Amino acid sequence: MATASVQLEAAPFVRRRPPATVRRKRLLMAIGEHSLLIAAALIFLMPFVFIALTALMTHNQALSAQIWPHPFRWSNFVDVFRQAPLWRWFLNTLMYSGLATLGVLVSSVPVAYALARLRWRGREAAFLIVLIALMLPPQVSVVPLYVMWSKLHLVGTLWPLIIPNWLGDAFSIFLLRQFFLTIPEEYLDAARVDGCGEIRILTTVVLRLAKPAIAAVALFSALYTFNDYFLPLLYVGENSHNWVVAIGLSEFRSLHQVLWNTTMAATVLVMAPVIVIFFLAQKAFVEGVTLTGVKG
Amino acid sequence: MAQTPVIQAGASAPAFPALDRRRARRAAVWRRRRMVLLFMSPWIVGFSAFFGYPLVMSAYLSFTHYDLLSSPRWIGFANYRYLLTQDPLVWPAVKNTLWFIAVGVPLQVLFAFGIALMLTRAKWGLGFFRTVFYLPALAPPVAAVLGFVFLLNPATGPVNTILGKLGISGPLWFNDPAWSKPSLVILSIWTVGNTMIIFLAAVLDVPKHLYESAELDGAGPLRRLRWVTLPSVSPVILFSIILGVIQGLQYFTQALVASSVAAGSAVQGGDNPQTIGYPENSTLFYPVELYQEGFRFFHMGYASALAILLLVVSFAVTTIIVVNSRRWVHYGAAAR
Repeated sequence: MATASVQLEAAPFVRRRPPATVRRKRLLMAIGEHSLLIAAALIFLMPFVFIALTALMTHNQALSAQIWPHPFRWSNFVDVFRQAPLWRWFLNTLMYSGLATLGVLVSSVPVAYALARLRWRGREAAFLIVLIALMLPPQVSVVPLYVMWSKLHLVGTLWPLIIPNWLGDAFSIFLLRQFFLTIPEEYLDAARVDGCGEIRILTTVVLRLAKPAIAAVALFSALYTFNDYFLPLLYVGENSHNWVVAIGLSEFRSLHQVLWNTTMAATVLVMAPVIVIFFLAQKAFVEGVTLTGVKG
Repeated sequence: MAQTPVIQAGASAPAFPALDRRRARRAAVWRRRRMVLLFMSPWIVGFSAFFGYPLVMSAYLSFTHYDLLSSPRWIGFANYRYLLTQDPLVWPAVKNTLWFIAVGVPLQVLFAFGIALMLTRAKWGLGFFRTVFYLPALAPPVAAVLGFVFLLNPATGPVNTILGKLGISGPLWFNDPAWSKPSLVILSIWTVGNTMIIFLAAVLDVPKHLYESAELDGAGPLRRLRWVTLPSVSPVILFSIILGVIQGLQYFTQALVASSVAAGSAVQGGDNPQTIGYPENSTLFYPVELYQEGFRFFHMGYASALAILLLVVSFAVTTIIVVNSRRWVHYGAAAR
């Protein structure tokens, strides 16, 4: 009898409504999981909220224990520009970020293509070296490079930050190569049969198909340069005329002692561009991050 | 891996005699080599100038005394001897870095994985929650540190205010040598979004039928997590551990900015009182020490020795993790 009933239950395998106790248990568990999720999300949002609220406080209030601004002092965001040359920092950052990102794309795309889709002796070894370069701490090569740039009298300018990006970036090469490998060979062969050279294949077929990866690389490069602190500190740290946002912000508080409200206003202004760009290009971001991890 | 067929220029002209065909083929091979060379040229130049040259040069400079003004003077192993036996700051720097890796990386992986798991269980609002957890990872590091030093500032910071209302007297966070590193770890957990996204993609990629067959075998949620989810995402766990360790060895920006901002709010008006490593060298991480020797004191030779040691340790650690991982990483059904 027992075995027969078990078989009857197992054979059709249709989803039936589970019994009430199971349903209640599942409901309770879902409620528990979702409250945990909401609590964690609130904790993760808290820092942003407090930073934004403080950016709207008066100086005295920012030093008090009050949490809600009263009155809302929107003019902090104007004062920031008066207290520090924020515009110049942003312009310098734009120049660094823009020229570096352009350079990364121009130089890394052909290299990645050669590593992914051309066949030549030494290709695997070259790719291995790219991977090693990816893991190398930047601090390891920084002393001789600093000596080199100082002999060229370029320390204090943005060029030591920009120029290396025009000569291939290991991370971008790696990411683009991974994507180029997924392009079906038939597309490239079709172009070859039509008499396209490799350069035309790259500039027409591959670039068009690889738009998401190229967008991700451009975003990551722009983000990396915008956030970069170590190299700007070395090369333009002593020359406040060429400070980028990251350096300026880190010095903001020593320029203006203990003004937490305007310091937080400056912090908001520095976070804002990145967050705006993220919401405009969310898909490219998430796809790019996933590409680095899962296919790596 | 896709195969790229070699274009055979000679094959399209079978009527030519063998000699011509061979010449044509050789010309095609050369054209091809020139093409590869052209495509690879940015990297070849960049690699030589910004990777090969500095590496060799670092190794050379590490055996010299060099202050940028006079030319390098060969002093043999003196830098290494000083580094390993005498320098009073190297050992604290190494200990701080090891502490940060040993405590920080497991917590980062745990939180990233936990959040990713919670997200996969969400019935609604996945996109919203994913954005919330990812957003802090986007905050520029300097801005994030500044925000955290404010949030955790002992006197008026919101965190200690809230703790005070709950009747707990909060610690001094970035101003206390015992709490400065934990504060940095909390910051690193807040910015764990990238790892979280990768875990989320990996967990969602686990084939459904594996869960179903485990359920039929009577496995509860915990055992499904242990025997289905974990083995399936183990390559991604390995990846994030390696990345975490490498980033831990390079940890610099947050430590330097946190120490200088926290010191600035403790010692007002002082013209650069010893801020690096504040408080009491508790945030003096190895790369910070390297920066201080090289670019504050301009001990270029000694900084090179520190750099070479960092290089050796980075490679050794990565290799050890990869070799040991063979026991617990499964490149099976779920991994490609």
